[in-house]
Amino acid sequence: MITAKLLGARGEMSVVLRIALLVVGVLLALGLPWYIYPPVAMDIAAWALFAVALDLLLGYTGLLSFGHAAFWGSSAYATGIIAIETGLPFYVAVLGGSLVAALLALPIALLSVRRTGIYFAMVTLAFAQLIFFIANQWRDVTGGENGLQGIPRNLFGLDLSDSFYFYYAALPLILLGLFVAWRVVRSPFGRVLVAIRENPARARALGYPVDRYKVQVFVISAFLAGVAGGVYAVGHGFASLQEVYWTTSGKVVVMNILGGMGTLWGPLLGAGIIVLLEDYLATAGIDAIGIVTGSIFVLTVLLFRRGIWGSVAYLVNSRRAGPVPVTPAETKPRSQPTERV
Amino acid sequence: MDGLLQQIFNGLVSGSFYALLALGLSVIFGMLGVVNFAHGAFYMLGAFGAFILLDSFGLSWWLALFVVPAVLGIVGMVLERTLVHRLVALDPLYNFLLTFGIALILQDLMRLRYGVQSQPFSRPELLDGSLNLGLFSYPKYQVFVLLFSIVISGLVWLVLTRTRVGMVVRAATERADLSQALGINVGRWVTPVFGFGIALAGLAGVLAAPMRAVNSSMGGDLIIVIFAVVVIGGLGSVFGSVTAGYVVGMLTAVGNFYLPALSQSLVFILMALVLLLRPAGLFGREEGVHA
Repeated sequence: MITAKLLGARGEMSVVLRIALLVVGVLLALGLPWYIYPPVAMDIAAWALFAVALDLLLGYTGLLSFGHAAFWGSSAYATGIIAIETGLPFYVAVLGGSLVAALLALPIALLSVRRTGIYFAMVTLAFAQLIFFIANQWRDVTGGENGLQGIPRNLFGLDLSDSFYFYYAALPLILLGLFVAWRVVRSPFGRVLVAIRENPARARALGYPVDRYKVQVFVISAFLAGVAGGVYAVGHGFASLQEVYWTTSGKVVVMNILGGMGTLWGPLLGAGIIVLLEDYLATAGIDAIGIVTGSIFVLTVLLFRRGIWGSVAYLVNSRRAGPVPVTPAETKPRSQPTERV
Repeated sequence: MDGLLQQIFNGLVSGSFYALLALGLSVIFGMLGVVNFAHGAFYMLGAFGAFILLDSFGLSWWLALFVVPAVLGIVGMVLERTLVHRLVALDPLYNFLLTFGIALILQDLMRLRYGVQSQPFSRPELLDGSLNLGLFSYPKYQVFVLLFSIVISGLVWLVLTRTRVGMVVRAATERADLSQALGINVGRWVTPVFGFGIALAGLAGVLAAPMRAVNSSMGGDLIIVIFAVVVIGGLGSVFGSVTAGYVVGMLTAVGNFYLPALSQSLVFILMALVLLLRPAGLFGREEGVHA
């Protein structure tokens, strides 16, 4: 097997394979609007960054945030407001929106990390709903149910009204965000996150301030989700309540588990599949997105918990009969009296 | 003052729904370690069940009060046997995601069948009109809901604390391995308890049909509020969940009286406060036992 040869001794991908994947990925990102309707290509890129941002928490730290719509959505609103009110280049607006998302994430993270496991998911979901109600209530700023409309695509006087060109104008932001996520995962900081995921008690015993790490990665993740949400809002020209609703949080979670959490590539794949699927259903006039998304949840969780990317990596590795990389949480029995993911 | 009292009463009535739903959620969690995201969807199905029985079969609401929870309880048991059971040994996260998917499917199915418009449902005749409570008069139906939910919560509490079945369930909840070692067949109780929790959600739905809008999205937002309620009360504690249900209902109603702009947000702000001051919940124990 060629693919097997490309894998290193410990079941890790070799440098060659990784570079090959990277080249393919970048080429794919650059060519996307040529063979996919450009606005859909833009959606894929934005959701891909959003999904990877969540993967930092879900896949690498073992924290299921079920309220990430709060950060995607708050940045969408903040980006829109900055772009409308100041007319600054949208890069600045997106940066501002992402900072708002990160600032919002700080208190939410500080409170949420006080609970672990399944409680963490419930708490983040509840906080996101709080943000939703605030957005709904604060009509002067968010436009309430009408949403925030007429967000301009300003960038140094360039004409970006064509979505094809806007895609290329926004792509650097997305790629930069993905690069940051990759750097986080590959850094000593990222290794500590994995240690926290695998055994929080031991990580604590080794002297790592577990909660502080969790808060830090939560804020980074929220910032990146903010970049994605800001780009999405500028791309669509509006920000709506949908952006902060719990279904949006669920959607980014399904991208992660379908693609394979804790792999970075998996969530990208998941985002691509879900966005294309939604686009297909919408054009085909099939109004059943909840049934489809729900079924994907059920089937993935029951049949292949590693997700698509994780399953492929697992198959490739098991052919080599090497040590199998462990997916988060898969191996922990229920009776284990330690903290769980 | 009358206005405030009336608000408190309103709060207790909405607290009745919180309490019934939180009760089912925490019984299931205690026995299986599963947080059932589909709980709101079963509440919605309960309301639709009452609607369908009345609309298509002409069966009265009183009958629905017994039939619908029984049917949904069986559906719940089938769900536990066929799907939930497969994931119980894994991280609770997986069942959370599974039941989230089920909730999405159920909600979308009902939306496709009945649209987004609310279905009309009138109060049962016997409970129509209002009751003079001395200081103010109050709709009979709401009074009934409050009393009924208190009776049900009380009965469940009695069963759990005073009967042999309850003792077994509590033992299995607190120390599943130890109970097993002492010769108690823990596995036997898992499915019925799951079904019972679902039946409680269905019951809350039937109770909601005559006073809340019956539509496919009625459970989706409510379940998130219930999550906040059980975080406040402590999910592991049945007593705590129920009490938190009434307390949260009351506090949000009172808050609503003084700060109407915050009405929907208050429960989440309350949750933030509890996390800050008493992370395990008002009645919860520290995590780790079966969290």
